[in-house]
Amino acid sequence: MMYALREALTAFRRAPVLTGLSAAMIALSLFVVGLFGLVAHNVREVIQRVESRVQVVAYLRDDANSAEVNEAQRQIGTYEEVAGVRYVSREEALAIAKQELDELSGIFGNLESNPLPASIEVSLKSGQTGADAVRGVADRLRNFRFVEDVRYGDDWIEKIFVLRRVAAMASLTLGAGFAAVAALIIGAAIRMAVFARRDEITIMRLVGATDAFVRRPFIIEGLITGLIGAVLAVLATWLVFRSLIGSPFEIQWLPASWLYAGVAAGALVGLLASMVAVRRHLREIV
Amino acid sequence: MIRLSKVSKQYPRHGAAISDINFELRKGEFCFLTGHSGAGKSTILKLIHMAERPTEGEVRVSGYSSSNIKPAEVSMLRRKIGYVFQDFRLLQQRTAAENIAFALEVTGARPAVIRTKVGKLLSNVGLASKSEKLPSELSGGEQQRIAVARALVNDPLVVLADEPTGNLDERATQGIFELFRSINATGTAVLFATHDLELVRRHAGLRVIELDHGNIVYDSAGAIV
Repeated sequence: MMYALREALTAFRRAPVLTGLSAAMIALSLFVVGLFGLVAHNVREVIQRVESRVQVVAYLRDDANSAEVNEAQRQIGTYEEVAGVRYVSREEALAIAKQELDELSGIFGNLESNPLPASIEVSLKSGQTGADAVRGVADRLRNFRFVEDVRYGDDWIEKIFVLRRVAAMASLTLGAGFAAVAALIIGAAIRMAVFARRDEITIMRLVGATDAFVRRPFIIEGLITGLIGAVLAVLATWLVFRSLIGSPFEIQWLPASWLYAGVAAGALVGLLASMVAVRRHLREIV
Repeated sequence: MIRLSKVSKQYPRHGAAISDINFELRKGEFCFLTGHSGAGKSTILKLIHMAERPTEGEVRVSGYSSSNIKPAEVSMLRRKIGYVFQDFRLLQQRTAAENIAFALEVTGARPAVIRTKVGKLLSNVGLASKSEKLPSELSGGEQQRIAVARALVNDPLVVLADEPTGNLDERATQGIFELFRSINATGTAVLFATHDLELVRRHAGLRVIELDHGNIVYDSAGAIV
């Protein structure tokens, strides 16, 4: 094992440009994933914060009678998605409107009759605030005879979900593309390393070194390259994160589990690329 | 210990290298393998080393058969076979001692074992004082002695020598040959491929197998084939 490690490190000294380039490509590919990861993570945070406040509001007809409304409230309270149900009378709605829309209080104050409808505000349990769940509850509320209209901010909920999906897809596609390029460069680096050590490999085989023993230094080289690349990517992503602190965006750093996964991914790309390359190129040496 | 039965080897582009080869090398035996270049000497050595597989027939070495040996077993078998080449095949950036140690390192020997063994082998081949020299600082004969020492690191059952004196002058040739004789005296079999008929004649009494165009035309153990 010491032999393999020593030889792997020698390879870095022998071809620093090529191994440096391999590490840089892995770093670039994971940096792209890291940046989009940062976006995706923060979008998710926002979505979660918003989702926790998602309410479905059913506006009632003026002819709804209180017995019906009470029964409906009881029923709605039994839906599995629902955390709470609150009846807002017309008077209460007007009071809230006056309070929240201060600049219009003059208009409201001069009204002869109250134009606002009564409503039932339904808050949802956490974990039940996805677009489908929200739409499902809204649809059921519409079925009540006395419900005039249902609102739940459907359009922007959809938009925020699309944004998250796009961010995830873009990071995966670009990241995979760069990772493939990184794998090719690692392959070239291993090929050079194999040919630089052609004589040694011939003699190793001559005296009965096992194939695994011959391969090991190259595979370790790939693994170390991948790890260096991954650490560089984390560093670059962190620098971007640092530069965004103090900007209008309230931004959060990636969770530790994502960072571990990123470093593991870098090591894995390096490992697999070198395993494939060394297997192929060793066959070229008799 | 080594037996070739009805062995033929054909190369896609060059045709038959050897055909219908039959012979046996017993434990501790010394045998010359002679013939002009291209007669098939190197092919036979490669077949015994399992670097090549026969097109027909079977090569058996120390219990392993060419017809069913697995890659991992090839590595194990090679630790029982020493191999010496005409061009020495030493690593130029490594010292004499490191070249020998390298062969032990790659088979996973412990550092203490390597140190002891390398020292002993260097003095056996008469180069204890030159252990720190690079191959480029050694004469041809000395380089070949290092290569022989390397071939002996794993206490092989047999040493295969492919024209080991081909690049050496008369005096160095004699020295290397004596080295092989002393190795053989300790019980290690030697298969010594050479086209130097003068060397063979000087040591009448040793077994000789002569090849011509890929066929055995003479085997002193069984007279004319």
